[in-house]
Amino acid sequence: MQAETKDHAELAAIFNKDEARVDWHDETLWWVRQKRDKAVHVLPEWETLRETASQIKNNVLSNLSEYLQQFEANAQANGIIIHWAADAAAHNAIVLELLLAKGIRKLVKSKSMLTEECHLNEHLESNGIEVIDSDLGERIVQLAKEPPSHIVLPCIHKKKEEIGDLFHTHLGTPKGNADPQFLTETARQHLREIFLTRRAALTGVNFAVAQTGEFVVCTNEGNADMGAHLADIHIASMGIEKIIPERKHLGVFLRLLTRSATGQPITTYSSHFAKPRQGKEIHIIIVDNGRTIQLGREDFRNSLKCIRCGACMNTCPVYRRSGGHSYHTAIAGPIGSILAPNLDMEKYADLPFASTLCGSCTNVCPVKIDIHQQLYKWRQVIVKNGYAPAAKKAAMQLMSHTLSSPAAYHTAGKAGRWALKYIPFAVNNKFNTWYRQRDMPEPPKQSFGEWYHKNRKKK
Amino acid sequence: MTVGLFIPCYVDQFYPGAAIATLELLEKLGVNVVYPENQTCCGQPMANSGFEHLADGCNKLFLKNFAGFDYVVAPSGSCVLHIREHLHSDDKPNLATELSQKVYELSEFLTDVLKITSLPSKFPHKVGMHQSCHGQRGLHLSQMTELVAPDFSKPGRLLQMVEGIEIIPLSRKDECCGFGGTFCVTEEAVSVKMGKDRIEDHLQHDAEYITGVDMSCLMHMEGILKRQGSKVKVLHLAEILNGK
Repeated sequence: MQAETKDHAELAAIFNKDEARVDWHDETLWWVRQKRDKAVHVLPEWETLRETASQIKNNVLSNLSEYLQQFEANAQANGIIIHWAADAAAHNAIVLELLLAKGIRKLVKSKSMLTEECHLNEHLESNGIEVIDSDLGERIVQLAKEPPSHIVLPCIHKKKEEIGDLFHTHLGTPKGNADPQFLTETARQHLREIFLTRRAALTGVNFAVAQTGEFVVCTNEGNADMGAHLADIHIASMGIEKIIPERKHLGVFLRLLTRSATGQPITTYSSHFAKPRQGKEIHIIIVDNGRTIQLGREDFRNSLKCIRCGACMNTCPVYRRSGGHSYHTAIAGPIGSILAPNLDMEKYADLPFASTLCGSCTNVCPVKIDIHQQLYKWRQVIVKNGYAPAAKKAAMQLMSHTLSSPAAYHTAGKAGRWALKYIPFAVNNKFNTWYRQRDMPEPPKQSFGEWYHKNRKKK
Repeated sequence: MTVGLFIPCYVDQFYPGAAIATLELLEKLGVNVVYPENQTCCGQPMANSGFEHLADGCNKLFLKNFAGFDYVVAPSGSCVLHIREHLHSDDKPNLATELSQKVYELSEFLTDVLKITSLPSKFPHKVGMHQSCHGQRGLHLSQMTELVAPDFSKPGRLLQMVEGIEIIPLSRKDECCGFGGTFCVTEEAVSVKMGKDRIEDHLQHDAEYITGVDMSCLMHMEGILKRQGSKVKVLHLAEILNGK
């Protein structure tokens, strides 16, 4: 990759310098994966639920404009104000305008990966608006001035001691105190003060129901409710793909979401917002930001089914050992690796290659996105569009040439085995990435082909 | 029934023992096996790296070598999966599709086509079985821990037929070893870490051998085992099933 930013392999290599930390990261996420397994294996209808959800989403993606308009009309009838944003810039501008119009300088925000995707915080802060993330994990990474490393567990890369240090610096807790109970209580008091004094709240949208014009926000901490209920103005940011047709479909998705995400039967709070209370306002910003382009890419449109549970990250053996930040995009892991190239193919050309194509992501996906198949397909698209490194291209051409000709293949095989045996230093050196931490296979006296020719053909 | 024996390039060059065991095992079970000598590779190294368009030469060779057989059998889940999903021909699309469906991984061929119920083999050792991802999740050779469905394992069942073998349990039954084709060099750090962790699981459960249906995963793990100075050996499933 010629880009200035480091690619996944380089960033993952940096993360892997601290092996004990990698082990801890891996085990923490594997523990979540196991919780998920326990929670889904008690439901005999689990695979049926997944298939149902996938089919509902097929319907949504095939009739997206219709459902969005239906949602808009019903929400408006409920007294909600609808805004449409073609891209991140438009979304950010709308939020800023809404706040400035009311002279609001401080915003309390609950979890929304869409605003991360749009870099809303940076935009608001550069315009003099203070943004406080109210999800505990998000607040922690915000204090650390880092992006979330996981869509459901934003600070999963941080140890409790590091959180203790952050709280000591920013919230005045005693130095060295890393007791989770104590830190959580501190955050609770700190956030309560913010909830009580802020006039505007922004939330994400987990599900928007076309039939009723209402939307549902799922949190475990109740922070979305605290923000939204106490504020004069509630802004909800949603991607166009968050639509579900009818209220009855919620049952399918709410059962799938947290079992997949954390192994809980359901989120602690699944809050329905249908209409503003008297004197208050609810605004919904419906955002495209590249989604219609992805919808038009037949091989990749299924990625828009994603309900952001993060199960693919928890199960991904690569994600667990490379950390979310190595994906250098708002949504990390396998799902991020098929969403990001749609936003910027050159910048994220490395991500579809950050996978062994083991397929575990596809198996855990509650809406049956063929993630690993899409990773494979993105690789083809990225190479065709010219974003493969030159050295890789040359190596592949040479390999293709050799493997297309039995004579060239036999000669190369013989030469390779001879080199390994008689001049091992030519192979076992620092330029051989395989050899750095692994021994080369021992070269056999003869290939199978040679053995077969001698022992079977001559019989 | 005549079976074409497909030996993947790296098995041919580095692990002829696995190929010989495959051939002998099939013959022992009464199958007429032919090895077309002009074969090379399935084309997966290019395709998985995003260069599917450079796999044309391999596709052509594969069709030329194997079109005439009743079945094609290979000791590799990964290469078989690649052929099943991606074998392609502009001139003879139907022939390519037909052939791609006749290609079997060894353990699935023994289980689904030959339907064998016993084996004359013996291997009195503690063995850890590595479920290679392409075999397991791609070809569905065994049930996957992510899905809510009854448990089964084709290679596992075959190993159970071997006299004296003790198959050790693993803490993470079907975690990827990190080989991943060119991933093993392009993402060296993560690949090696995955391999080390995979091996550790086997070692902690006292494996003397690690086996599997994919020599590529085993080659990666063997490289790490050797570097660590471990005495634990890797063996392709065919070598154990063919053990005397």
